[in-house]
Amino acid sequence: MRALILILSLFLALPALAVQPDEVLDDPALETRAREISKILRCPVCQGETIDESNAPISRDLRLYLRERLVAGDSDAEVVEAVTERFGEYVLFEPPARGANWLLYLAGPLAALLALFAGWRFIRSRDLAEDRPAALSDEEKARLERIMRD
Amino acid sequence: MNAEIGHFALILAFAVAIFQMVVPMIGAQKGWSGWIDSARPAALAQFGLIAISFVALTMAFVSSDFSVRLVYENSHTAKPLIYKISGVWGNHEGSMLLWVLILALFGAAAAVFDANLPPSLRARVLGVQASVGAAFLGFILFTSNPFLRLDNPPFDGRDLNPLLQDPGLAFHPPFLYLGYVGLSMAFSFAVAALIEGRVDAAWARWVRPWTLAAWVFLTIGIALGSWWAYYELGWGGFWFWDPVENASFMPWLVAAALLHSAIVVEKREVLKSWTILLAIMAFGFSLIGTFIVRSGIITSVHSFANDPERGVFILAILAFFVGGALLLFTFRAGSMQAKGVFAPVSREGALVLNNILLAVAAFVVFIGTVWPLIAELAWDRKLSVGTPFFEKAFTPFMVALAIVLPLGAILPWKRGKLMRALRPLRGALAFAGAVMVLVFAVSTGRSGLAVIGAGLGSWLIAGAATDLWLRTGKSGLSRLLRLPRADWGKAIAHGGLGVTFIGISLLMAWQVEDIRVARLGESFTVGSYQITLEGIEERPGPNYDSIFATMTVARNGKQVAQLYPEKRVYPVQAMPTTEAAIQNGIFRDIYLVIGDEQQNGGWAVRSYIKPFANWIWLGCALMALGGFVSLSDRRYRVAAGARRTAAAPQPAE
Repeated sequence: MRALILILSLFLALPALAVQPDEVLDDPALETRAREISKILRCPVCQGETIDESNAPISRDLRLYLRERLVAGDSDAEVVEAVTERFGEYVLFEPPARGANWLLYLAGPLAALLALFAGWRFIRSRDLAEDRPAALSDEEKARLERIMRD
Repeated sequence: MNAEIGHFALILAFAVAIFQMVVPMIGAQKGWSGWIDSARPAALAQFGLIAISFVALTMAFVSSDFSVRLVYENSHTAKPLIYKISGVWGNHEGSMLLWVLILALFGAAAAVFDANLPPSLRARVLGVQASVGAAFLGFILFTSNPFLRLDNPPFDGRDLNPLLQDPGLAFHPPFLYLGYVGLSMAFSFAVAALIEGRVDAAWARWVRPWTLAAWVFLTIGIALGSWWAYYELGWGGFWFWDPVENASFMPWLVAAALLHSAIVVEKREVLKSWTILLAIMAFGFSLIGTFIVRSGIITSVHSFANDPERGVFILAILAFFVGGALLLFTFRAGSMQAKGVFAPVSREGALVLNNILLAVAAFVVFIGTVWPLIAELAWDRKLSVGTPFFEKAFTPFMVALAIVLPLGAILPWKRGKLMRALRPLRGALAFAGAVMVLVFAVSTGRSGLAVIGAGLGSWLIAGAATDLWLRTGKSGLSRLLRLPRADWGKAIAHGGLGVTFIGISLLMAWQVEDIRVARLGESFTVGSYQITLEGIEERPGPNYDSIFATMTVARNGKQVAQLYPEKRVYPVQAMPTTEAAIQNGIFRDIYLVIGDEQQNGGWAVRSYIKPFANWIWLGCALMALGGFVSLSDRRYRVAAGARRTAAAPQPAE
């Protein structure tokens, strides 16, 4: 059935009351940091949901876990590192830019440079054509003659 | 009996599509007019037969005929009528039937409306269109037959997923498909032109309305889906950069590029081969989208392996049509010579830049969407690419697009002067600057997004207004109403993009969220509003049970709204859904969600203040409206007559 929802609906998240009131930390600064982190971590068992949106029990566990770590004084990076260690880079919605992932990050800028270069060359070629004396090919001359006769 | 009639009609449609794919093509090649003319009745017959098939399936759903397996799996007697009907396309088989129905609808429309097309071109267009139809009819008949019967019909069905039982989502797939499949017309025109070896201004004029229509439907479809996510998922998210969403967004971006490049072909006869390539790619992305959604390959390579037949079939269709068209393109592209010349600073130059930005943006979405698949296949790395990546990689292109758009829109054709074009935009620039200062002044904290987004949005809106104003010339307001509708459409759509920019950036920057346990009768403050949980009761619905909350919202002691968020449970599928209660406003939505009862009393409540949320969809509606207005332009309405008279004096051969 999950596959069918996917097929049809375009949107995958289950209706969720993701973050529960009892999870919220008293310190607003820490809570804000916790929310920011939980928005980049992927729920390991859901389809494309962050643990912030997800209704799954494991996401709740992860939310509670990362708050525990934050309260204990860990930095954001350390918390993310700890979760990644356990579940693999699959849980990171922003893949780390190492190894072949550089390709992913460079693909956009490289494509843009390439496209700008090609576009510029095309534009220049059209621009030069204007200055060139309009030499007609034989075929064009014949066609012109035909048109003039009509 | 109905199901058998539907199945039989579908088989006949398959046969007609094969006929329509072969005979008119040969006719056009050999110049046999009888064979050429057969394309029209064939296109109409194909549409008629698929329509019969679709009606048969719809009747099975409406009458809850559970001897049909598809109805049993996706319907229930207690379901409201509208969701029985939308249940037809609320599943794989039915949605593919809708897909080919719309494909045939476009083919039939081309047969009826494009009476002024040269007969051989029309025959080829319809032939290519039928080849796509035949491929997908074969796909349905051989792998996804919706009319299969059950030996022992059960007493009742398994119901449609409750999330899909919603008006926004009931009409989301048909619009999306009208867009997806509408791009098949651009593809058919492109391939037909490649076969003919001729692309000129007239060709661009024929292909543009189809692209425009498809783009408009795609805009509406995407906006409906996004709006549905906003009010249904319970926390007001409107875009998730999910593979399935990206699948619809990529063709939208490419179609937007195609719309603009077709203008250049139409006005100046340059960018021909690029436009053909875009037309192929636009439909190619539609097919890629269909493949992604149908095969489930992106969500999990394993779900693909479980049911490889369908995925492989669509992959084969994709490879055949896109590969074949690109092959044809490499042979014929050289023969398409650009005619016009232009300086770098000109409308043409600006539209080339537009195409670069949109095409590269589509490429970025594409690479991000397929990267997890590539990484798993190539390096056995299981990773995810989501919102944080797309926000960083995609946004710069939209920012660049917004910066140059108002300027490019008013640059003259052939040769322009940057400083001279900027002069009339001084007002727009000042307006955008003022908005940025205002937004900076009222926002606290994370204000960069709000300032830049609102500034760009106002720049777009004021730029669109300037564009209209310049078109009126010296004669002022009286001329404004007599402007070509294409000018109006352009300004409305560009302004709409600005409205969406403002909505997205201000919503993301200024949203206020509150999560808490609320007790009955207790008030709490969110932003500048006081919210009270007044009461909770249980209410039965037609096919669900509801927990129904009554909440009041007050500001400065005065009641603003009374809202009724709900939590529903659909017993057949044992699935809960949240029904957020939203008070829509021009400058903010108040968004309330009721959750579970807590063990030590009280209820979980989530409250949001969502500034400018409606602007996102208002902007989409304006973009779609602009498209429609442009579609009704005079040149598309009267071109038919003009051409016929021109063709009349030709001597008969």
